[in-house]
Amino acid sequence: MIDVNVSLGPWPFRRFPGDTPSDLVARLKRRGVTEAWAGGFEGVFHRDTSAANARLARACETAGAGFLLPFGSVNPAAPGWREDLRRCHEVHHMRGIRLHPNYHGYKLSGAAFPDLLRAARDRKLIVQLALNMEDERSHHPLMRIPPLDPEPLPKALAEAPGVKLVVLNRMRAPAGEALAALARAGVHFDLAMIEGAGCVGDLMSVITPRRLLFGSHSPFQYFEAAVLKLKESAITGEDEAAILSGNARRLLQSE
Amino acid sequence: MIWDLHNHINGLPGATPDVHMENLIRFADRMGIERICVFMGYPFINEPTPEQLRAQNDQVLQALAHWSHRAFGFVYLSPQHLEFSLKEFDRCVRNGPMVGVKLWVARRASAPELDPIVEAAASMNAVIFQHTWHKTTGNLPGESEPADVAALAARHPGVPIICGHTGGEWETGIRAIRHLPDVYADVAGGDPTNGFVEMAVRELGARRVMYGSDSPGRGYASQLAKVMGADISEADRKLILGENLKRMMMPILQRKGIRV
Repeated sequence: MIDVNVSLGPWPFRRFPGDTPSDLVARLKRRGVTEAWAGGFEGVFHRDTSAANARLARACETAGAGFLLPFGSVNPAAPGWREDLRRCHEVHHMRGIRLHPNYHGYKLSGAAFPDLLRAARDRKLIVQLALNMEDERSHHPLMRIPPLDPEPLPKALAEAPGVKLVVLNRMRAPAGEALAALARAGVHFDLAMIEGAGCVGDLMSVITPRRLLFGSHSPFQYFEAAVLKLKESAITGEDEAAILSGNARRLLQSE
Repeated sequence: MIWDLHNHINGLPGATPDVHMENLIRFADRMGIERICVFMGYPFINEPTPEQLRAQNDQVLQALAHWSHRAFGFVYLSPQHLEFSLKEFDRCVRNGPMVGVKLWVARRASAPELDPIVEAAASMNAVIFQHTWHKTTGNLPGESEPADVAALAARHPGVPIICGHTGGEWETGIRAIRHLPDVYADVAGGDPTNGFVEMAVRELGARRVMYGSDSPGRGYASQLAKVMGADISEADRKLILGENLKRMMMPILQRKGIRV
């Protein structure tokens, strides 16, 4: 099982059970995870993302070498982001990066986002785009983060053909034909924040299971939620295998 | 044993309450849920008229007609229409098959109009469920905070009251109700944020924490995960998944001759 959506480091507003790297690794392994793609909460909040990414890479190596794959944070609205991207790739040997546009203060409609997509594509890096981190109704009152509008995503993708894009923490949008079109364009989606009885089955009525990845948003969310979503939708056999690991493995190995 | 405190017949495809229930039970079966509590019909209406309340309760009664072996019904009441609500309680609970009361967002739970409803429910040992949320984005005018439930409960010592969603923002919600031993925490309806159930057990004790899902708007999966994934003892997990709700409901079930 490959979990494409875990995070290391402290969340500013609460501690989570199992939120130290070694504890998280132990918990994930106990639940059958064989590999986890790890972003860093520091990368969401810190301006010095270079240092945050270096700490993330060290933590992954120390607590879970060969198990935790670090995905550094890059903020294309910040000066020097190309150097951050270079270090993620050349210094830390990361396989991908993670973006948090609404926390970093940029929109997908600007020039920075497709610029970053192209630069990541040229380095053959996977780009994870986190649409949300938590329900906006529960944001800390001193730090309300506006929702990210995914509507410009198709246009940005068209400006960076071939980029390997994974959307994390999709809640309700994009939906319908917009969602189907993104999947046809090669975009992958994780399961962490989709909701409703039978939500995975509902999603598979719109997009192929080949575009779905197992992501738990651990330790922010209970890991079991993503597993039980597959059970609730009676996902078994080839579809289950593809979602649990096959699709992620293919994405990682694709050129 | 899993009993789910918090379900609706609104949100899945279906032309009739019976079909909605079939769809709901199909998912509940996959997750090993034996019994579900159902309240409110469709569509959701923030400030329903008496006629709308009656129509929604009729939908739930229809849903129960073929599923009484799997579901319990709570009557949807509104303190905005107190006289009607007391009559509707008699129709659906005192003289009908329902076993609880659902209060939503028409008026805050701290309002004095709630008192006669609580007294009527307590006279029948009916379960009292009050929706609450503590929204950073702002509550509806009549939408209760956990503190409103605390104020209501303080006026009715000894009467169990369930704090629906525990305020959604549960860290505040748990703190608001922890000094009131008869107020229970419903874990349904928010993101499966890690640590919710652990804090509830630590601050309230496992006997005051109840599993619910808010299905079908929320999945059984994400909500069960809060309990299944929590760092708590197996004994506490059993309490939360169903034993607490069963214990709370047994007086009215026995009174009505409902065997479980």
